[in-house]
Amino acid sequence: MRARRGFSSRAAIAVTKGVFAAAVVVAALALPASSSAQGAPAAGGADKDALIAPEALAGIVRSSAKKPVIFQVGFRVLYEQAHIPQSRYVGPGSKEEGLAELRRAASPLPRDTAIVLYCGCCPWVRCPNMQPAYKALLGLGFTNVKLLFIEKNFGADWVAKGYPVEKGAPAGD
Amino acid sequence: MRPRATSLALPAIAGILLALALPARGRAEEGRPAPPFSLTDIEGRKLDLATYRGKVVLLDFWATWCAPCRDVIPRFVAWQKRYGPRGLQVIGISLDDSAAPVVRFAREFHLNYPVAVGNARLAERYGGILGLPVAFVIDRAGRIYSRHDGGTDPSAIRRDIERLLGVARPD
Repeated sequence: MRARRGFSSRAAIAVTKGVFAAAVVVAALALPASSSAQGAPAAGGADKDALIAPEALAGIVRSSAKKPVIFQVGFRVLYEQAHIPQSRYVGPGSKEEGLAELRRAASPLPRDTAIVLYCGCCPWVRCPNMQPAYKALLGLGFTNVKLLFIEKNFGADWVAKGYPVEKGAPAGD
Repeated sequence: MRPRATSLALPAIAGILLALALPARGRAEEGRPAPPFSLTDIEGRKLDLATYRGKVVLLDFWATWCAPCRDVIPRFVAWQKRYGPRGLQVIGISLDDSAAPVVRFAREFHLNYPVAVGNARLAERYGGILGLPVAFVIDRAGRIYSRHDGGTDPSAIRRDIERLLGVARPD
């Protein structure tokens, strides 16, 4: 319980920053709206309270506190080059295979498990993977799901900032 | 005071002009030889970067589900058609998890250049592809001329290509 509260409070702080950034991004999205609508839904449509900032998650990953379950819903080559330690690759949330693997991986977990989804394939407002993955977990009844707010991409907003990374193929490969 | 101001202004102006004349440099991989690779493209043919030495190469890392990638690819198709005879060769490296959606995409978008499915080792040799799309402009000598992350400004890519091809902008 203690660790879970720690995660929630840090997340709450992060959300303040994340919501502001998201608001700016969503406002910016209004300009090129027609082109961004092609291909996939924007991640910006997610519940604002569900956002967590990279610096907040990095702090949690570095701490000795109980870690959330972290799923990478982007692409395999990105994961193999760099991923958040102990995160699990499930595949693009924009693909049915990725969603199926996410559901398979999450199903055994208690529904109040702290879960973080991240991608970083593309700028946040163009990411096709986060929103479907988020909806899939909500559909399974999960109540504590956070979305890592990666504004530009995983390289710029996580790796380049010196946050913890690991390399290598997904477990089981 | 006036001569002093001029002496400060002239180097500044010269610096600005120089910066405008040069491509946007700064990435570690820019100016270095493009890492060689040999893959099998989605048509089953060998795709070897060395084959294109002497051409200006636009090497595009992308994925079928990546919205910014999808936006810019029709431009690459148009550039291949327009500048191919002048020495441009576009090459696509898909980072999809499998080839099947890439084959479908290539047909749907009428890709007129070779496409192969890449891997993490190749991505790392190009300095890391930690977001999509990433496009490299490679000069005729096989050196990386510029790297473009995010696909937000295709005109910058086009400018670099035209500069290396020695073509004047028509408009």
